[in-house]
Amino acid sequence: MTEQETTKPGPMALVIDDEPQIRRLLRVTLAANGYRVADASSGQDGVVQAAQRKPDVILLDLGLPDLDGLQVLKRIREWSRTPIIILSVRDQEEEKVAALDSGADDYVTKPFNSAELLARLRAALRHGQPQGAEAIFRTGNLEVDLSKRVVLKSGVEVKLTPIEYGLLRLLVTHAGKVVTHRQLLQEVWGAKAIDQTHYLRVHIAHLREKLEANPSAPELILTEPAVGYRLLCQR
Amino acid sequence: MSDGDRPNPDALLSSIQREEAAKKRGRLKVFFGMCPGVGKTYAMLEAARRELKAGRDLVVGYIETHGRQETNALAAGLPQVPRKQFEHRGMTLSELDLDAVLARRPQLALVDELAHTNAPGARHPKRWQDVTELLDAGIDVFTTLNVQHVESRADTVRQVTGAEVRETVPDGVLDGAVLELVDLPPAELVQRLQEGKVYLPDRAAVAATHFFRESNLTALRELSLRLVADHVGVDTREFRGNQAETSPWKTAHCLLVGVGPSPLSEALLRWTRRMADGLHCRWLAVHVESSRVLTASAQAQLERNLATARELGAEVFTTTDDDLVGGLLRIGRQQNATQIIVGKPVGTGWLEWLRGDRLLKRLARESGDIDLQVVRAEKGTGGAAARVWLPGLASSFQQYAFAVGVVLGTGLLNLGLMAVSGPRVPGLVFLLAVVLVALKVGRGPVLLAGALSALAWDFFFLPPQFALTIQRLEDAILFALYFVVAIVLGQLVARIRAQEQAERRREERAVALYEFTRDLAEAASRDEVVWHLVTQVNRVFQAPSAVVLAVNDQLAAHPDGSLTLSEKEFGVADWAFRQRKAAGRFTDNLPGAGAFHLPLLTERKSFGVLAVQWADQDLTLAQRDLLETFARQAALILDRVELRTAAEQARLLAESEKFSRTLLNSISHELRTPLAASTSAASALAAAESLTPEQRAALMNEILEANTRLNRVVGNLLDVARLESGQVRPRLDWHDARDLVQTTLRELKRELASHPVTSELPVEPLLVRLDFSLMQHALGNLLLNAAAHTPAGTPIDVQAALSDGRLRLSVADRGPGIPAEALPRIFDKFFRGSKAPTGGSGLGLTIVKGFVEAHGGTVSAENRPGGGALFSILLPQPDKPPIVAPE
Repeated sequence: MTEQETTKPGPMALVIDDEPQIRRLLRVTLAANGYRVADASSGQDGVVQAAQRKPDVILLDLGLPDLDGLQVLKRIREWSRTPIIILSVRDQEEEKVAALDSGADDYVTKPFNSAELLARLRAALRHGQPQGAEAIFRTGNLEVDLSKRVVLKSGVEVKLTPIEYGLLRLLVTHAGKVVTHRQLLQEVWGAKAIDQTHYLRVHIAHLREKLEANPSAPELILTEPAVGYRLLCQR
Repeated sequence: MSDGDRPNPDALLSSIQREEAAKKRGRLKVFFGMCPGVGKTYAMLEAARRELKAGRDLVVGYIETHGRQETNALAAGLPQVPRKQFEHRGMTLSELDLDAVLARRPQLALVDELAHTNAPGARHPKRWQDVTELLDAGIDVFTTLNVQHVESRADTVRQVTGAEVRETVPDGVLDGAVLELVDLPPAELVQRLQEGKVYLPDRAAVAATHFFRESNLTALRELSLRLVADHVGVDTREFRGNQAETSPWKTAHCLLVGVGPSPLSEALLRWTRRMADGLHCRWLAVHVESSRVLTASAQAQLERNLATARELGAEVFTTTDDDLVGGLLRIGRQQNATQIIVGKPVGTGWLEWLRGDRLLKRLARESGDIDLQVVRAEKGTGGAAARVWLPGLASSFQQYAFAVGVVLGTGLLNLGLMAVSGPRVPGLVFLLAVVLVALKVGRGPVLLAGALSALAWDFFFLPPQFALTIQRLEDAILFALYFVVAIVLGQLVARIRAQEQAERRREERAVALYEFTRDLAEAASRDEVVWHLVTQVNRVFQAPSAVVLAVNDQLAAHPDGSLTLSEKEFGVADWAFRQRKAAGRFTDNLPGAGAFHLPLLTERKSFGVLAVQWADQDLTLAQRDLLETFARQAALILDRVELRTAAEQARLLAESEKFSRTLLNSISHELRTPLAASTSAASALAAAESLTPEQRAALMNEILEANTRLNRVVGNLLDVARLESGQVRPRLDWHDARDLVQTTLRELKRELASHPVTSELPVEPLLVRLDFSLMQHALGNLLLNAAAHTPAGTPIDVQAALSDGRLRLSVADRGPGIPAEALPRIFDKFFRGSKAPTGGSGLGLTIVKGFVEAHGGTVSAENRPGGGALFSILLPQPDKPPIVAPE
């Protein structure tokens, strides 16, 4: 309804939020960074816009007046793989985790700073692209060659156990995005181990020990409280 | 306007409440005369007609016109409530239909002859009790009464006229009533009598000629005039008292009179009541119970006396003391009595006279500042009650057989003994046997054993043997002495046993009371009080009981009762509750009921009723006293429970009010400051175009900073709200405690930038079960607190370690430390240290405490040796961390 397309070329972002101020703010921020922006003020309208406009990325607020944000997510996910970033507030951890496990790609917590938001958008867009991840991934002084299964820290090869490598591979393929506990446990240990969080704690700790420049102040593998882990992506 | 000019609001309120209570209760008007025939009923009917004309809704409940035409004519045309008929021994008696009048609820009811005794089967034995109930229901009552029927004057009337007065009305009934004297000069009355205008029942006709002598009438007239005059005095005094707000008692007098099982007590009580009336003071009737055992008739007399004391309006006290004088003086001192009233010793025997005399002398010596009044007590009508100072122990056939058996056995033993010892030693052996018998059995068998053994000794042992004669003077003296010693010894032993038993009974009562009080003291709810009450009544009296409690003025039986109340009994309980009086069996209210109903009363209110199904024929004074004490204690605790609940609610309310107030203050400050900062920075950015890039960056930084702070305050408020509403339920999961510390430090990097932070963590993963987000907030708040209260550049140390099954997270700083006075309150809501820097809601540490306690942990604050504060969180870790096998 209020959509006025900015005719700049660039990826299209659909903002689904009932607060006009947030929509206005995001329109300005995103347009300034080369995005085309469409917005919707309700869940229903959001689902319709997602179908009509075919956005490259969707920003979805969890607290909508008409439909539950999680329902909107599931409706869109029925037919679309478009990356979806959840806009949540504090103390919505359970909904946040539920949304991530239902197919959302990432989340930002209001109030967010725009640098953080843009980083999440970039990460989401990168993974949304069909060509997939590059074979060699670099961040900071870490280099991972996914095809050769070689991990270098400051150019020196690091020996990882199969589980550690499995964890790292998953984080690398989702670099910059949050990976939930559930995803990690399921991918690395299998569906039976979904509640064995202590495996995760111990092996992530070992991974940090081997990869972090300063293991007592991790800057590479970050903990997302109550949600999962995120591999920081510094190019 | 100075405070002194204003009336005391509390006093004013209670005065208004008193007046309202009086308004609610019906007013009693008594048409009062010196004797029958003065025209009281006539005067009452005339007054009623005036009221009717004035539009008052009145009914005639009961009128006795004695068939006189003038009176009949007056009564005709007044609305009547039909009387109720009672069948009694083939006679039909008609009485006031109390329930019908109560149901009709007139403004005014006419009930003749206040002193009348109701037919058996009526609700109350006495009509004045019916009238009291009408008054309590808010119905005004007109009634008639002669002076000889007033309890406190009955004695005097009997002395003056010699006529026995059976039907009396307690003086208390007249308190607050309006007395209208219906007066007729004695000469005129005698004339009316001679003209046959005065109705007298046949049986009274003979006595009448004596009763209606002019000299008697003059005395009665004076008596009634004085009573009415005194009564008016009370009215005016009370009125004046109300206006001037002075104490209800003009004088600080307080009279004390002893009550015993003597028939003289009744006269003494009446005398004291008259004196208390004259002095307008309170008076106490005190019974001192001793270990002496009373005969049944003395016990009955004592109970009559105490009942009389209550009816006359005394405050009745019962205390236990073997020392009569000591007991009287103890109560006297406790109650601030100013005078003790004692009767002149008028005993018949020298022993009684001596005792009375000794008692008076001791009272005089020990009473100190309490005055002593000795009055001549007229002998009452009850007949002397012989005091038994020996226990009337029931001696069964076995006891007698035992006594005889022992004497026989001793006799046989003695026969063997005599061969070596001569005839006198067996006497002592017999004596020993009698004493032993006395230890076992009652008085009768002891006497029998004494007599038998004496005779046996004489017959079988004392020379000449086998004859009841005694030869030598020496033996005769021995025999006589033996007889006396045996009996006195037996009596003494029996008496000691009786005292022991009385002592034991008293002890049992004291223990029961003690236990009850102790149990009750711990009761924290109505249910517990009821349970203790029912249990204790059952244990002490072996009687089932029920407790009905009022909830919103509706009575409901408590399920813990051991007695189920029928609908009828429930009605009695309801009456006892509403009227705040004992009812049912053993009382004058609805005596036909099966159970004894005691209201659970305090001065403040009536909580319900204790109903006891009594198995025995009668309820002794001691038992009733104990039951009443139980009921009173239970009511006091119920009162306390209720008040405590109310106080707790009030406290919670006050606290929540204080919370909201502080919250508002805090919000207005905490939210406005960052808002102001960010608004002014944003407007500066918008307005000024000449800003350098540095200034621009600084302003933007201000906005960011302000908003971060704002976000934190809102988060804190939300956390506190969640804690307040009990919504914080930790989701426990395994986490690496090192990760918790590291993540918290990373997220607070900006805030902690001005302090060097070191963390001391184990080398290996430290697996603990906790809610990561909650504990991150808690630890974060401790770190922010440390950063805010210490100078920039001072170090902050964080530690995490597991020991003794507990995770210890500690934050230590090298700042100024915590002032000693702040230490105990540092975790309180909105508490802020006196030297705390601005900014900070006083909620941070409260949240730490709330989150940690939600984990079942504790948080503490202390000052470090060498300066600085140390905050420690301890979280219990009951589960062993799972072992993660290396690959």
